[in-house]
Amino acid sequence: MRESQKFEKSFDVQGGSFQNAGNVSGQIKSILKEMGVSTDIVRRVAIICYESEINIVSYAKKGTITLVVTDEAVKIETKDEGPGIPDIELAMKEGYSTATAAVREMGFGAGMGLANMKKYSDHLIITSEVGIGTCVTMIVMDFSKILHPDLPPLTL
Amino acid sequence: MTLKDVQDILEAEVLVGRDQLQKPVKTAFAADLMSDVLAFAKPDSLLLTGLTNPQVVRTADILDITAIIMVRGKKPSEETVKLAEELKIPILSTRYILFETSGRLHAKGITGCIEKVGGEI
Repeated sequence: MRESQKFEKSFDVQGGSFQNAGNVSGQIKSILKEMGVSTDIVRRVAIICYESEINIVSYAKKGTITLVVTDEAVKIETKDEGPGIPDIELAMKEGYSTATAAVREMGFGAGMGLANMKKYSDHLIITSEVGIGTCVTMIVMDFSKILHPDLPPLTL
Repeated sequence: MTLKDVQDILEAEVLVGRDQLQKPVKTAFAADLMSDVLAFAKPDSLLLTGLTNPQVVRTADILDITAIIMVRGKKPSEETVKLAEELKIPILSTRYILFETSGRLHAKGITGCIEKVGGEI
């Protein structure tokens, strides 16, 4: 992400603030759209951001979501102050959830969040410390630009 | 088919987005679990759901959903309406249950945005 980095911004997310959940993801989506990032990448990043934001709101005291954009990829990094995940492998399993009733009422908490984040990113790294918090790094690659960096925009 | 046709088929009340009824629709996804919507729904589809909270609108916005159809006569909360107006996402409310809503739309040519899961992203 060194020289080609062209944008970085961090956003605060408040834990327990169900009413505002999705606000940051909406902002990130708008920024990427304005930057002219391809529709497919915008969509994938928006989904992983939204699931991340729901996780922070649902489980943590507070957290941050950082957006980094380069020519070839978009990186989303989340850090939260929360309970942490004791068994990451178990948490990654579709259907496994520790969500509260409030989370389920919103239409989440069915153990799909981390699975969706993995599905829509090319790389996903989770580190977590129980009682401290969780960090997730997700990268969405724009393969068209990596494979053909000098290719002019497609015209039909 | 347009959103206006959908409104007629479902005898639906338009709660947000009266100015967007000419939008075309071809596909739909139905679920009450927003994570499933995020996993499977495609852009420019209808979202049929029984949920009414603002997260439905957020999910629709993230996925570029054409319109939200609230089934079983459900009405959105005030916050939900406010957010939908802000993000310009139409909300229709129908008294048909989810099964009937899906069936009536399918019979008129609306298809699922995916047919079944597995092997397809």
